[in-house]
Amino acid sequence: MSLDQEVDILRKIPLFADVDPPKLKLMAFASERLTFKPGEAVVRQGDPGDAAYVIIAGTAEVVVQTPSGPLTVASMQCNDIVGDIAILIDVPRTATVTATSELVTLKLTKELFYQLVTDFPEIAIQIMRVLATRLENTTAQLREALASRPN
Amino acid sequence: MEPKLFKYVWRYSKKEQINILIIVLLSFPFYYMSLELPKKIVNQGIQGEGFSGEGSTSPFLQLDAPFADPPVTWFGGFELEQASLLIALSLSFLGLVFVNGGFKFWINTSKGRLGERMLRRLRYELTDRVLRFPLPQLRRMKQAEVATMIKDEVEPLGGFIGDAFVTPVFLGGQAITAMAFIMVQSFWLGLVAATIVLVQAFLIPRLRRRILILGKERQLTARQLAGRIAELIDGAVEVHAHDTSNYERADITSRLARIFKIRYEIFQRKFFVKFLNNFLAQLTPFLFYAVGGLLAIRGDLDIGALVAVIAAYKDLPGPIKELIDWDQQRADVQIKYDQVIEQFQPAEILPASVQDVENDAGAPFEGEIVISGVSLVDDADTRVVDNVSFTAAVTDHVAIVGDSASGKEHMGQLLAGLARPTAGDIAIGGRGMESLPQAVTGRRLSYVGPDAYFFPQSVRANLLYGLKHRPNGADDQADAQRAADVAEARRAGNPTFDIDADWIDYAAAGVERREDINRRLIEVLRLVEMEERVYRFGLTGTIDPEEHPDVAEGVLKARAALADRLAAADASDLVLRFDPEAYNPNATLAENVLFGTPTKEAYAAAALAQNPLLLKVLADTGLTDAVLEMGVSIAKTMVEIFADLPPGHPFFEQFSFIEADDLPDFRMLVGRVEKSGTKDLVSEDRERLMALPFNYSEARHRLGLIDEAAAAKVVEARKRFAARLAEDDPGAVEAYRPEAYNAAASLQDNVLFGRLAHGRAQAEETVGAAVTDVLDELGLREKVVDVGLGYNVGIGGKRLSATQRQKLAIARALLKQPDILILNEAAAVMDNATQERLMKAVLDARRGKGLVWTLPRARAAERFDRIVVMSAGRIVEQGSYTELNRPETAFSELVAAG
Repeated sequence: MSLDQEVDILRKIPLFADVDPPKLKLMAFASERLTFKPGEAVVRQGDPGDAAYVIIAGTAEVVVQTPSGPLTVASMQCNDIVGDIAILIDVPRTATVTATSELVTLKLTKELFYQLVTDFPEIAIQIMRVLATRLENTTAQLREALASRPN
Repeated sequence: MEPKLFKYVWRYSKKEQINILIIVLLSFPFYYMSLELPKKIVNQGIQGEGFSGEGSTSPFLQLDAPFADPPVTWFGGFELEQASLLIALSLSFLGLVFVNGGFKFWINTSKGRLGERMLRRLRYELTDRVLRFPLPQLRRMKQAEVATMIKDEVEPLGGFIGDAFVTPVFLGGQAITAMAFIMVQSFWLGLVAATIVLVQAFLIPRLRRRILILGKERQLTARQLAGRIAELIDGAVEVHAHDTSNYERADITSRLARIFKIRYEIFQRKFFVKFLNNFLAQLTPFLFYAVGGLLAIRGDLDIGALVAVIAAYKDLPGPIKELIDWDQQRADVQIKYDQVIEQFQPAEILPASVQDVENDAGAPFEGEIVISGVSLVDDADTRVVDNVSFTAAVTDHVAIVGDSASGKEHMGQLLAGLARPTAGDIAIGGRGMESLPQAVTGRRLSYVGPDAYFFPQSVRANLLYGLKHRPNGADDQADAQRAADVAEARRAGNPTFDIDADWIDYAAAGVERREDINRRLIEVLRLVEMEERVYRFGLTGTIDPEEHPDVAEGVLKARAALADRLAAADASDLVLRFDPEAYNPNATLAENVLFGTPTKEAYAAAALAQNPLLLKVLADTGLTDAVLEMGVSIAKTMVEIFADLPPGHPFFEQFSFIEADDLPDFRMLVGRVEKSGTKDLVSEDRERLMALPFNYSEARHRLGLIDEAAAAKVVEARKRFAARLAEDDPGAVEAYRPEAYNAAASLQDNVLFGRLAHGRAQAEETVGAAVTDVLDELGLREKVVDVGLGYNVGIGGKRLSATQRQKLAIARALLKQPDILILNEAAAVMDNATQERLMKAVLDARRGKGLVWTLPRARAAERFDRIVVMSAGRIVEQGSYTELNRPETAFSELVAAG
């Protein structure tokens, strides 16, 4: 898979959808492409987060350790992004993500990400938008949850 | 040291000086003859004086007894006709030229040798004194200034020493000979010449006095400049961190200005003196021509004599001038000598006997360390250790604790004999510390300070440094060269130790044979947790397979074993092995074409676009255009994605193929190519574009430039290149061959024989572990560590981290198995956990042997037999841990403070 294909995939991710193609290309070029075999962990719950991973091929599952044992909470596939929270704020990984098939990712390190945001403020604006949308969604879900709670 | 340079020179070179003087005196008659001959040639040979007519003869080589009255002829000589006599006289002249030249040659060589010998002696003595300076004295000296003194400032002395006695005699003799000759020819002309010479001799030295003073200043300012420049380098961090570079510039500028002023004044004065000197020298011929000419006209002087006088006078100003120069030089070097030795006469210097090579380590220390009433006053007149007394068994493990002003680190130095107490006594096993030579303190004791020094050599050499006390075995001087070197060293008053001898004290390290020393090194490295690090150094090191065939062979086995192991673990895809028949997408284009490690600059990736051999191969394979197109593609992509980044952005350095400064050029270049293709590019632009792809790796950069067809072509080019290289430039590239060891590549690369697959998660860790396992299984670990021991630690150990330096310093001290090991805050930079582990290991290793450790943290003292608590230079408490670890002791306060 060449750089141009990676750029196409990045454009499909909401976070980067409105960023100029040359900038996405720079981002792709400056990031490492990392391949995981099935069963290999991309990130582990509790580890410090230093990078986000954009999935360009393959699938993965998200597992959270709960008092009652591991719980699979989601599965991820092409165009999904793993660990984006961790590069924005310093929190440990909130879940373990494991490859369930041959998984090809683009590794965006924290430094690279901040460098890009500093150089291209439009990326930051885009991120704000995405985060605001997520917040809106979460708030809506919370409202629904509260509303459906019996008194 | 001898304060008068002349006395110093005379004392050590009397015999040689006299020998040379004798030869100089012997040369004078010949010199006189060579002056006398021209007169004879003109008068007898050419003008025919003494020949009465056709066929008459004159004696040649007639020898008369000097000053005899009546004349006595010893040898009547050969009777010759005028023409024959002329030829005979001329040939004699030629002969004398040879003889005089021969004398000069011998005299100059001997003088040179004499000077060099004395210089060697002087430099040795100065360095010897530096080695004997007490440590506080050394701390006050600037290294660069001392180095300048020993290296540069004494240099002119060498040139002068050979001339010290010979020149005045030789030149004076010459001048007197010439003078006497002129006097004999004409008293009045001689008187004229003598007067002018006297004026010169009186005037010139007076004019030069100021020059000498300036010379002294020049020497001082130049020395200080050297010291300042060294400071700039030592203090580079402060200069950068405080933005004081311009202040430093101002300082250097003002110093340079001063040096300039001094030198300029010297020049002015020097050339004025020269002018005056020349003028006076030329005044004499004027008088000769005028006065001598008049005398000749009046018939008081024959023309031959006048010619001879003028010829002789030609030889007079030279020696006189040189004599005056010599005198100047004498004053000059005496000043230099004074200024140098002044710096080497400290108030206190260790007696030579303390470091005598014949001293031995004596019996092991037994009994007690007794410190009684010891005080130490430092440079600033502060009493840093105040009336300290304590006793401990030699084999005790003693911890000295206290805050940073407690004086504990001085106690460490006092115990090691590195500082001498101002008052009181230290005795170990009944032997007083101050009477012990370094052969005892440096072998029976071992000291490690907080900032141990490392020499810019290998890890091995630095570890073994503590064992190099004296050369092993007798110096049999078997080879003639060595015997000659020893003889010459003796003549220059140097010691005759052989630096190439084996200096390592194996017994002290606890091994019997030299082959076992490596095992012992590995043991101490393991103890301080440095073995793994040195093993890593080894993996990245290179070896000469011819010198270490066993290692090379083992590595080749490991190469095969690694492939098997990775295959078994289903991880073969983590390493893309070098396959002569296949393109390796994880390697760069340069690596794929060269298919080996370049050993010459011209074959490095950056130079390949200009390498004619490679360009020819590309053309032959039909790859030139393809490479150019790749270059264009890369340039286009770079211009596109880096366009908006400001120059100097870190991405350029990290990721770009193109420097930020070159980006505009490439933008224009790309524009031109897009408009009119690559056909019309000038060769320089082609070269710039073609240089880009050589660093391109398909797997890493992913621009999709190398498809299967291109890859196949590159492999073809690889083969052509190898064939051509073997013919035109063999050895320029050490090829990757599956069955052969590559001497230019590291051990690790040789085992790997490929590139790590780019972008495979955990590839480095997995493969790294597999490499280690394979090497361990093949029993190669020790060999790799052995290679790692050859790792150069850099200047002052700068290629090691601070922690690694402290660990190695402790290893070096442990290696010689001292009776008492003194660790003076020697693990202070390590983190707590590491320090804890290291302390445990060292305490275990020193069981039954003495250990004194000044600890940065009191808490760590728990494991020690005795604890000494210091405060403000005094001992406030001592005892065992259980005795001291009670409420309201100073010790428990220290522990509570951290």
